[in-house]
Amino acid sequence: MATHSNDPNARERSQGSEGIPAPEGPANLIDTDYVIGQDNVTSSKFGIDFDLHGKVFTVSSLVILFFVIITLALQDQVSPIFDAIFAVLTGNLSWFFLLAANIFVVLSVALIFTPLGKVRIGGAHATPDFSYAGWFAMLFAAGMGIGLMFYGVSEPLTHFGTALDGVSIGEDGVRTDWSPLGAAAGDTEGAISLGMAATIFHWGLHPWGIYAVVALALALFSYNKGLPLTMRSIFYPILGERVWGWPGHVIDILAVFATLFGLATSLGLGASQASAGLDYLFGIPNTNATMVVLILGITLVALGSVMLGVDKGVQRLSQVNMVLAFLLLAFVVVVGPTLLIATGFFENLVAYVVNLPALSMPFGREDANFSQGWTAFYWAWWISWSPFVGMFIARVSRGRSVREFLIAVLLVPSVVSVLWMTAFGSTAIDQFVTDGFEGVKNAALEIQLFEMLGQLPLTAITSFVGIVLVMVFFITSSDSGSLVIDSITAGGKVDAPKPQRVFWCLIEGAIAIALLLGGGLTALQTAVITTGLPFTLVLLAACYAIVKGLMSEPRG
Amino acid sequence: MYKKIMVPVDLAHLDQLAKTLRVVADLANFYQAEVCYVGVTASTPGSLARTPEEYQQKLDAFAKQHTTEHGQPVSARVVISHDPAVDLDDVLVQAIEDVGADLVVMGTHLPRHLDALLPAHGGKVATHTQASIFLVRA
Repeated sequence: MATHSNDPNARERSQGSEGIPAPEGPANLIDTDYVIGQDNVTSSKFGIDFDLHGKVFTVSSLVILFFVIITLALQDQVSPIFDAIFAVLTGNLSWFFLLAANIFVVLSVALIFTPLGKVRIGGAHATPDFSYAGWFAMLFAAGMGIGLMFYGVSEPLTHFGTALDGVSIGEDGVRTDWSPLGAAAGDTEGAISLGMAATIFHWGLHPWGIYAVVALALALFSYNKGLPLTMRSIFYPILGERVWGWPGHVIDILAVFATLFGLATSLGLGASQASAGLDYLFGIPNTNATMVVLILGITLVALGSVMLGVDKGVQRLSQVNMVLAFLLLAFVVVVGPTLLIATGFFENLVAYVVNLPALSMPFGREDANFSQGWTAFYWAWWISWSPFVGMFIARVSRGRSVREFLIAVLLVPSVVSVLWMTAFGSTAIDQFVTDGFEGVKNAALEIQLFEMLGQLPLTAITSFVGIVLVMVFFITSSDSGSLVIDSITAGGKVDAPKPQRVFWCLIEGAIAIALLLGGGLTALQTAVITTGLPFTLVLLAACYAIVKGLMSEPRG
Repeated sequence: MYKKIMVPVDLAHLDQLAKTLRVVADLANFYQAEVCYVGVTASTPGSLARTPEEYQQKLDAFAKQHTTEHGQPVSARVVISHDPAVDLDDVLVQAIEDVGADLVVMGTHLPRHLDALLPAHGGKVATHTQASIFLVRA
């Protein structure tokens, strides 16, 4: 509050033209006549209670059903359509994704250093809902978890390989290689540095900047402004009362679509990858039956977790997850090339910073394959996940100051990603460069991690931990995702009856199994990533909303 | 015999609570006991209140309004839960201890088949506390 009263302009600004009153209490609610749950349908049938947003629940259920049916029935017809749409997006609009992601990072970093960083989520006197350990574990487990398991080894190795091979130009004068920037032909050190920088670029500030923007906007408009915890609330500063009508419904339905299919398709694809891992490690046959059992198992544990709730289910599993991931990381650091990883951490950090401007440049890129095929793809992917991750992060972040929030959501995970990628990537590259071991490089994507661990001692134990970690990461995504979908389809209520979250958790597993057996997982995943485009617009709106919203908050 | 009666109140479903509140008033009168109304809410904006503070105000007003029914001292306590749909039972058990209640009067529904999967709150709370529990059937 001290800063606020010292700043004579603050009061004028915050009063604005919309008559938002100057901050008096601990927060500054938006004045709206909308009552959360006013459009909900409540009923009790067969002893089961419902409390749902009629339109959002009905339309999103129908849309989901429609997509599952056409993907199953017309697989050969829809798959090329989704692919074509996606190719147009990443091919022609990659500049838009890159530019938007840069804006999110710049805004997030800038807010840390401005006085607006003092605003507290939930009002000036709010206290944190979760401990640092519980909070951070949930941020990280929901945020990327599973990807680190699959790409921690393979992505550094891939970029290293393409960079080492150098630039190749096809007959039509277009580059045919997939290496980042200008490559580093024949220069091993340079290729390592460029490969690590490119990997960290995809897993560092930018993805977390995307999540931070969504999460901060939602947390601010929910905890400080009193709007329901759903995606539509972000648009209040732009659309005003219209967000409670169809424009808002559409945003929420899109969020449900992206979250449910994002989870279901990655659950299906993840099960096939975990099954390949089990085959490689224990010789368990890699069949549809194994995958279905895996999906059922993951869904059941996730179901148990949502039934136990945020505190005893989601939070505890996330912490288990963190401990396991930390143990695996510590093991690789200690048993692997320790010195190389220690020096590599700083070298890679420097390489990242040095290459960051060139890698994030939206215009005039010569490395089209890399910037469109990798970067734009990743950005669309992160953005399509952002409603889910952002809403979940928002829900657990009450009581943190904006500065604290951004450091924890943006900077800390980025540093952890650097460490993780360095440990797993450098070890694999070192095995290839120093020992001449080509097993990892030649292995399929899903078993590269296990091939790398196979070169270290205690393989049986570490690989088992790896498999468990893959599954727990899926469970922690699945349970928090079900909570998010339930809350969106209940008009922003977080206390809707329990059977609803059970419903969503089961639907997610059912869709994953149906698509796994019927085909079309990849096609539908492509469809999900195309939602990255509309959500990029939502996120840009969120940037405006964050600044506008923070300006009208008391700081202290 | 009883000094403090705790009454879990769901402000969103007051219509179902009328009978419970009458029982509370009679018991409070009879034992000259203090009444503490307890409400559980999430910290996110909900249908009743947009902040926990607003919820507290509403519950205070509710308590004050009901003091006339029995003339005994009242208090109102809001408990914030991260996940009220799930944590309600645990939160109530903790609240009984915090409030120092020796009798809990709460509304509940008739036994039904789904109780094995989704047990009623009253029954679950009763198994985890030393206070006496009076379950009022709707």
